[in-house]
Amino acid sequence: MTPFAQVTSLAVPLIRDNVDTDAIIPSREMTSVSKHGLADGLFAGWRYTERKGRVPNPDFVLNEPRFAGASILLGGANFGCGSSREHAAWALAEYGFRVVIAPSFNPIFRANCVRNGIVPVALDPAPIAAEPGPITVDLPGQTVSGASRHWPFAIDAEAKAMLIGGLDEIGLTLQRRDAIAAFRAADAARRPWAYFGG
Amino acid sequence: MRRYAGAMMKPRTAFDKMWDAHRIADLGGGTGLVLIDRVLLHERTGGIALKSLADAGRSVHAPAHAFATMDHVVDTLPGRTDRTTMPTGRDFIVATREAARAAGITLFDLGDSRQGIVHVLSPEQGIVLPGVTLVCPDSHTCSQGALGALAWGIGSSEAEHALATSTLRVQKPKTMRITIDGRLAPGVTPKDLALHLLGRFGSAGAKGHVVEYSGEAVRALDVEGRLTLCNMATEFSAFSALIAADETVFAYLKGRPYAPSGAAWEAAVADWRDLASDEDAVFDVELHVDAGEVCPMVTWGTSPQQAVRLDRTVPAFDAVAGRDTREAYDRALAYMGLESGAPLIGLPIDAAFIGSCTNSRLSDLRRAGALLQGRHVAPGIRAICVPGSSMVKAAAEAEGLDRIFLAAGFEWREAGCSMCFFAGGESFGAQQRVISSTNRNFESRQGPGTRTHLASPETVAASAIAGAIVDPRTLA
Repeated sequence: MTPFAQVTSLAVPLIRDNVDTDAIIPSREMTSVSKHGLADGLFAGWRYTERKGRVPNPDFVLNEPRFAGASILLGGANFGCGSSREHAAWALAEYGFRVVIAPSFNPIFRANCVRNGIVPVALDPAPIAAEPGPITVDLPGQTVSGASRHWPFAIDAEAKAMLIGGLDEIGLTLQRRDAIAAFRAADAARRPWAYFGG
Repeated sequence: MRRYAGAMMKPRTAFDKMWDAHRIADLGGGTGLVLIDRVLLHERTGGIALKSLADAGRSVHAPAHAFATMDHVVDTLPGRTDRTTMPTGRDFIVATREAARAAGITLFDLGDSRQGIVHVLSPEQGIVLPGVTLVCPDSHTCSQGALGALAWGIGSSEAEHALATSTLRVQKPKTMRITIDGRLAPGVTPKDLALHLLGRFGSAGAKGHVVEYSGEAVRALDVEGRLTLCNMATEFSAFSALIAADETVFAYLKGRPYAPSGAAWEAAVADWRDLASDEDAVFDVELHVDAGEVCPMVTWGTSPQQAVRLDRTVPAFDAVAGRDTREAYDRALAYMGLESGAPLIGLPIDAAFIGSCTNSRLSDLRRAGALLQGRHVAPGIRAICVPGSSMVKAAAEAEGLDRIFLAAGFEWREAGCSMCFFAGGESFGAQQRVISSTNRNFESRQGPGTRTHLASPETVAASAIAGAIVDPRTLA
């Protein structure tokens, strides 16, 4: 996972409430047993003029030429609701998004973002969308900055550390394998029924 | 010794007790390293997780605690094989089968009498138990909290983590209790209750909380009804949902293949009795609902929160302005081909679907079947019933339900998720209006351009007969 510190980019306003993961990456676009090759399917239902086609829909915000290469996405409330498919985060990351700013996130989607180097920033996107130029998201400083205004944001320490460090979470946990084994052994004596011991 | 409750301890919620019993370490900042008792996988994402783990040179830490099934991608057409109507579906099936075998985990494969939708088969097999932590890369894992477990949906990376370490790093969620006072009226179902809650509190109504459902109406539900209620907590944006285990749950689980037996059963039940929330436990949020206010419900839009009593009309924007933006409201109506003020009863439908992890269990099929007996779906209606598991299907067939559905003009399918969502294979078609016992009415969820109305299995069955949305209570 790419470590994250700071990103400066135009912010793409897709400020709709309840954008679900079926919309972010339709199930029909998840055709291979892989985490890769998903960027083309990102927002496919809205982004292209036809279901199976790849002709850009000029009315969809992501297709505006000025947003080519943008790495910050602005969303509405309850962003990423619905299916737990991590493909939504994989597709966003592969497309190039490093930050999603929305008033609130679905909890599973939020966790998937953190595990794929995407910073979920819980802020009202409307004033950020009103900024004329690029905005900067500074994770260590926990601020979003436009040309004239700054917005502090909150993020839990674990997510922040994982994103900044680009950490291998499994590796981190496996450093505690002895503690886990000891806990499980004691727990198996306490709760044999949970260990198929009945 | 009472393990979960102590005389000197402050009162705790059921969630607190399970969190405390599973917390291996405090990682700081409100995050805990939590023991995971069960990991469930399906072929849509399980193969990727297992493969990715193996590619990283890691193995499954506790294979006996992990289970996989085929439900998302497999066809539900009679005579199915590994080949699927979904292009490349076979790759997912084969990859999951090979990865499960290599990892040494139990697989409920095609042809296995126990195969089915993961949230249907797990309770059926006694894999989920009160007090266990259970995760699955599927958002509807919250269903299984119905048995008093702490069960929640995760992504693929977290699934890999749970498989590799038997733990997850979890930001401790807040708690919410929703007390349903009184009793549901006759003919009002757990699905109606779930849609009522969404209509009232919104699709972000439980944002990130563990929701404990309690109250007389909840205690009166059987396990299958509880599974339906908890199933839609993810539509509520909850971390998960649970219902404290009671005699109803113990009676349901006794004798299930993976449930404890003999002396271990007695010890387990003694433990489970201690898991209920203490009387004075404090929840971060408390909500109360009068069960008597709940009526048969149907959705009119493209978010589960866009739900109303089915005897009402499509609400005017002003009625939902606190919830939906003007853009979201207009967009939903345009997509659904509806206008403000249009009555929902009498709205012609093209198709009817009974199935999914929400409503595909034996009791669902029995109640729908009772309405279908001696009747036939309206001309031109495509009607499909997909039992939630091969066990449900076999039990339904043993009591003749398949013949009732078939005689009524329904297709009778093999078990799986089927047309709850469109994966590139079967679909209902653009602008087709479907009354569906499933959980999501998102744009294009059941097929590009397909218009989904969520409702109970009873409402789906009755509407299929009428060829239009009807109140099932008026059919009998």
